[in-house]
Amino acid sequence: MAETSELICVACPKGCPLMVKHEGKNVIEVIGAGCQRGKDYAICELQDPRRMVASTVKVNGGLHPLVPVYTRQGFPKPLIPQLAQKLREVEVPAPVKINQVVLEDALGTGIDIIASRDMPAAP
Amino acid sequence: MKQTYDVIVIGSGPGGLAAAIAAKENGADDVLIIERDVELGGILLQCIHNGFGLELFDEDMPGPAYAQHFIEKTIGHGVHTLMDTMVLDITPDRTIFAINKELGYLELKARSIVLAMGCRERTRAQILLPGARPAGVYTAGTAQRFVNVEGQMPGDKFVILGSGDIGMIMARRLTIEGARVERVLEIMPYLTGLTRNYVQCLLDYGITLQKQRTVNRIIGRDRVEAIEAVSVDNRWNPIPGTKEIIPCDTLLLSVGLIPENELSKKAGVQLDPVTNGPFVDDRFMTNVPGIFAAGNVVHVYDLVDWVTEAGYAAGKGAAQFATSEKAVAEEQVALSAGENIRYVVPHKINKSHLAEDEVRLQMRAITPIEERVLVTVEDQNGEVIAKKGEAYARPGEILSLVIKPKTYESVLKATRLTVHVRKR
Repeated sequence: MAETSELICVACPKGCPLMVKHEGKNVIEVIGAGCQRGKDYAICELQDPRRMVASTVKVNGGLHPLVPVYTRQGFPKPLIPQLAQKLREVEVPAPVKINQVVLEDALGTGIDIIASRDMPAAP
Repeated sequence: MKQTYDVIVIGSGPGGLAAAIAAKENGADDVLIIERDVELGGILLQCIHNGFGLELFDEDMPGPAYAQHFIEKTIGHGVHTLMDTMVLDITPDRTIFAINKELGYLELKARSIVLAMGCRERTRAQILLPGARPAGVYTAGTAQRFVNVEGQMPGDKFVILGSGDIGMIMARRLTIEGARVERVLEIMPYLTGLTRNYVQCLLDYGITLQKQRTVNRIIGRDRVEAIEAVSVDNRWNPIPGTKEIIPCDTLLLSVGLIPENELSKKAGVQLDPVTNGPFVDDRFMTNVPGIFAAGNVVHVYDLVDWVTEAGYAAGKGAAQFATSEKAVAEEQVALSAGENIRYVVPHKINKSHLAEDEVRLQMRAITPIEERVLVTVEDQNGEVIAKKGEAYARPGEILSLVIKPKTYESVLKATRLTVHVRKR
């Protein structure tokens, strides 16, 4: 039995309203997407919703006490609370370089958590 | 250190960095950035969330990564920097007075200046929030710095007033850090931030947004203990019988940003009372010759990519002004806000620029139109010079339109340009 779900695309700041015709997780048609990314988003959202996650981890001896980090790619939505918890336990020594991996293969997803900036050692 | 520079940029956020880069790329030899913080990058450094760079790089970057890209480019271009330095005054003849710990009191001369001081948050005092004055009331951006840079949690149980982007992004951020966000309240009947932030910051985390509802009073003596929420009508009058006490220990305010122009005023720069930023032309020059302005100091953008673009335009203008022997009097045409448009930036266009470059206009709508709209730029006779269709028009999302060089001939004849947004 086909059903219709309404979504708002979060792939870019436009926020296209999407109508998705689907049978369970099987997507039949995506209406309203301004680009291919929107169609991909709708399919992903029904089958395996993911989000980019940004947080911070502790830095020892850095210019600031924290370094901002993020998931290298979209992270499975249901696991985000667990990831947040896990990141609160991570500590890295300064200096940190941008794109440096601070947590490898987070929660067994194969997704690395990387620094989003350099963090020099404290002067 | 040198006393005279071709271009001095005040502020090293995205607007300032882009201006410094563009100044170098357009022939300015000595370019200096003055920054009051200990490092370059500005507020982007505390905006650790993704969503930056989609327009310019087609890449989804966190704020610090976006900043670092431009910081590296700035350094690579040989731009001089003065960090931990406060500008105290600017004169209309482009003398800058500044102070820092190592060098003391500085007097610098610039052939041109780019103002890139960004904006400030509206505070409790500016929205006349009644009630007690306990600890635990912060602007959302201040809380963002605490949480993302300094590693301090400002509270455990939050209410957020205002559905601006920073407010919604902080609602998610605090939840990720283990706090509870009880409610987001919005006095307007519509969302004031981007729709995608409503989805990925509030809906995703089960945080409730209530529109046309605000904080009636803050409760608590030493620390916030609760807030009293109330519904309001279209004129913001409280509706009787709608009060609710929401227990919380912290109230965050995300109630708007104001361009930061205290220095601009000292330099004799005239401000538009609608944007609270300088009147500017298409290269972002203010009314004071040689003083330019870039980014949120001009008007509050909702995407950093456009701030960078504005910074490039201002930096190019500043370099050209600094390196030209004498200023050329240009023929200009004024742009004004027409139907359902609150403001248009830039305020005027130098007609000759349009012969070679396109000019991007940025507008805000007054009231939301939730159906297909047409944005038009019309001359004094109602002739359409440029137009663009959009799926909707919302006050929370900037409308943007590019005037192409091919319209040069028609703009040359125009004595006035007006921008409208109407239902199709």
